[in-house]
Amino acid sequence: MHIEIQPQDGLPIYRQISNQIKYLIASGQLKTGQELPGVRTLAEQLTVTPNTIVKAYDELEAEGLLEKRRGSGTYVTDTNSPLTRKEQRRILAQRIDAVLTEASQLNFTLGEVLVLLHDRHAALTRTLAKFESKGD
Amino acid sequence: MLEDIVDVQGLSRTFGASKALSDVTLQLKPGLVYGLVGSNGAGKSTLIRHLLGLMTPQQGTVRVLGLDPVKSPVEVLAQIGFLSEERDLPEWMRVDELLSYTSAFYPGWDFEYAKDLLRTFDLDPTKKVKHLSKGIRAQAGLIVAVAHRPRLLLLDEPSTGLDAVIRKDILNAIIRTVADDGRTALFSSHLLDEVEQMSDELFMVDHGRIVLRGSVDSVKRRHVVAHLESCSPTDEAPEFSGLISAERIGQQWRVVCELTSDDSGDLPQSLAERGISVASVRAASLQEIFVARAGRERRQKLEVVR
Repeated sequence: MHIEIQPQDGLPIYRQISNQIKYLIASGQLKTGQELPGVRTLAEQLTVTPNTIVKAYDELEAEGLLEKRRGSGTYVTDTNSPLTRKEQRRILAQRIDAVLTEASQLNFTLGEVLVLLHDRHAALTRTLAKFESKGD
Repeated sequence: MLEDIVDVQGLSRTFGASKALSDVTLQLKPGLVYGLVGSNGAGKSTLIRHLLGLMTPQQGTVRVLGLDPVKSPVEVLAQIGFLSEERDLPEWMRVDELLSYTSAFYPGWDFEYAKDLLRTFDLDPTKKVKHLSKGIRAQAGLIVAVAHRPRLLLLDEPSTGLDAVIRKDILNAIIRTVADDGRTALFSSHLLDEVEQMSDELFMVDHGRIVLRGSVDSVKRRHVVAHLESCSPTDEAPEFSGLISAERIGQQWRVVCELTSDDSGDLPQSLAERGISVASVRAASLQEIFVARAGRERRQKLEVVR
C-alpha cells in the first residue's frame, strides 16, 4: 500500500493517511474485503507514531470504509457504499477540473469541450463493442 | 483512568546561578509517544536524569510508575529502558557478553527479542564494544534499552550524529514498544521533523521552563505564520495578543502567532479591526513555532537584564 506523507502539508498526518486510503479504495487499488497492513507495519513504513495509524483507521471505520474484525485485522468494507461513491465523484471532479483548465488554456469553449466529450464517448463505446464481439 | 507512568510536580533545579529546570510539571500517560524538544542546555537531559533517579529534586516531586526513583532505584530502573547520546557501554565487553551481563539485571529480559534485534541489525555478537562504530554502538545500546520490554522508554537525543538508517532503527524500536506492548516512550530531539512525525504529544522546553505542550496536531493547529503589510519602513513591530515573534522582511512583517480562536480565518478580520492588513496566512511548522518561541524567551530575558 503506497502512502506518502508531506511534512510541509498543513493537514494533520492522520488525515493525510486517511485521505490517501480513501483514494486507494475509491480508485479500486484497495478492494472490498482486502486486509490493510497492521498498525505497527504501517507505522514503521511511514515512520509515524502508531497512534496516528490507529486514529486514521478509526476515522475510516467511523465513516464505514473500513471494518475491524475481532481478533484479526482491518479490512475494506463494501465499496458500493454511498460514501465511496462520493469519494469517487470527488476524484472524477478533479480530473474534470484539470481537463477544463487545459481546455481554457487552449481556447476551447465549454460547448466545444462538451461536443468533444460526446465524440470521445461514442468512439470509446465503438472500440469496446468491437472488443466484446471479438471475445465471443 | 489509567495511572500516569510519570508524574512530575513543580520540579526545579539550579546549577550555581543558572536555572536548569524551573517549576516543571508534567504527566506521561501509558501508550503514547512524547517528544521533548528544546535547544542545547534547555533542560531536557536534566529532566530525564531526574526521571532516572540520577538527580534528587531540589524542589518538587518526581514519581515514576508511582515510585520515587531516588528512593526505589531498583524497582524503577527495572521498568525503564534508557538510551542516551553518549551510549556509554563497557568498552572491554563483547556484544554477546554485554547482552548476557545486562540480562542478569532484568527479570523480564526477553532473550528471543534480543536475538531478533541482533539479527535485524546484523550485529556481530563476537565484536568488542570498543571496536564498534558510532552507529553500531547505538544499535547495541538500543538492544540493551529495550530487550527487557520496559514500561517506559527514555531516549535522550538518540539520533544525534547518526545516519538515516540507524535513526530509522531507533524510531522503529519506539514504534514497536508502543504498538506491540502499549508502552510509553519519551524521546528528546532537536530534529523537529522527526518529533513532528513520531510523537503524539510534545513538550517544548526553553531555559528550564515548559513553554509549550499539547498534541502535535493541536500545537500546529494553534499556530500560524502570517505576512502583514507594513505602511512605512520606520513603523514599529505590530503588537497584538497571541503574537510570538515579528521580523521585518522588506515592506512586510513576518509574524508567528498563536491563534486565540480555532479558526485561522478570524485572524485577518481581527487584525483589520486594528488597522493591520494581512497579506497571507499559513500553518506554521514545528520548526517555525520553536524558533519563534525560543527567540521570545531570549528577548524577555534581555529586557529583564536591562
